[in-house]
Amino acid sequence: MTAGRAASSPRTVLELFWAFSWLSLQGFGGVLAVVQRELVEKRGWLSNEEFVEDWAVAQVMPGPNVCNLALMFGDRHFGWRGAAAALGGLLALPLVLLLTAATVYGQLAGHAAAAGALRGMGAVAAGLIAGTSLKLLAQLRRHPLGLALVVAVAAGAFSGLVLLHLPLIAIVFGLGGAACVLTGWRLRRGVNS
Amino acid sequence: MSLLDWLHLLLYQLSLSLLAVGGAVTLAPDLHRYLVNGQGWLSEAQFTASITLAQAAPGPNMLFVALLGWNLGLNAAGTGAGTVWSLALAVLGMAVCTVGILAPSSLLTLLATRWGHRHRERLSVRAFRQGMAPIVVGVLLSTAWLLARASGDWTRDGRLWLLTAVVTLVVWRTRMHLLWLLAGGAVLGGLGWV
Repeated sequence: MTAGRAASSPRTVLELFWAFSWLSLQGFGGVLAVVQRELVEKRGWLSNEEFVEDWAVAQVMPGPNVCNLALMFGDRHFGWRGAAAALGGLLALPLVLLLTAATVYGQLAGHAAAAGALRGMGAVAAGLIAGTSLKLLAQLRRHPLGLALVVAVAAGAFSGLVLLHLPLIAIVFGLGGAACVLTGWRLRRGVNS
Repeated sequence: MSLLDWLHLLLYQLSLSLLAVGGAVTLAPDLHRYLVNGQGWLSEAQFTASITLAQAAPGPNMLFVALLGWNLGLNAAGTGAGTVWSLALAVLGMAVCTVGILAPSSLLTLLATRWGHRHRERLSVRAFRQGMAPIVVGVLLSTAWLLARASGDWTRDGRLWLLTAVVTLVVWRTRMHLLWLLAGGAVLGGLGWV
């Protein structure tokens, strides 16, 4: 999977800040789908493979996943300043917006139309994330495990979380650990190298 | 709230930070235990409204922690709502909660990823990064499923699920701007069609 490298990179810390502000402001019901769209597809700052790998690391580390991803990405390009700029962009404007929303919440909560709009946006947000995951799955065709095993592991993670209500930490360390060991074994044998 | 209370709040958030494996929302039960039941700094209604609003608004879900801190500061100011004093305490509450919850995990992430980047050619690092990829896809699908189910039961709200399915296909197959899709969902929902 080392074939897919990023085509471009952020030029200044300020550009990084605005990029993360802009994607964060689009992130209804989770910022992750928007990160993939903005950083991978629009700006070309990450390849799909890099995005999935970075996301896995951000997921395993404690702390909010998207914040971790922003820190890692900013740090890689501009060190501490980049990490601060990416995280600041991710949080600052949405925070102002959220405080405004909280202040007017009392007046809006009673309206049926507002509640309906929120429901509609919730359904769209679910579709955004599902669509992104299908896109990423298609990218894993050249994964060392082979597509069939990749689909099986993804399905296992899905059913463990949704059907068996296992905690995420069990999925990540149990199933994820097994997948890593198997991937390492395949890599050692030189499959797909 | 006394100075000691604020210090206590900061220490509590710092200690919680490293436990947030799997997203900030997994911290909600413990925050509830401490802030609402234990210290009584927030009301039940304030706690629930903070989480709901943060889910509906754009941005990372962890912002609900900042909103909890904001409300907590307003409560600490007491009756003088709308004054400079209450605003100052609200900002202080927000800052204490946000910095406390982010600082330890952010430092750990930065140090660990720098180490990983230096050793990226190592077999174990490559195996870890690539081996986790299928898990990422599975977790994303689960998140989508939980969001869709939260917005409605498919036996009653068929049109809502149809909307989710259509958006899934559009996102997968086209590059239509995500904001158009969200705006479309808001209009359909606001008019009562889904």
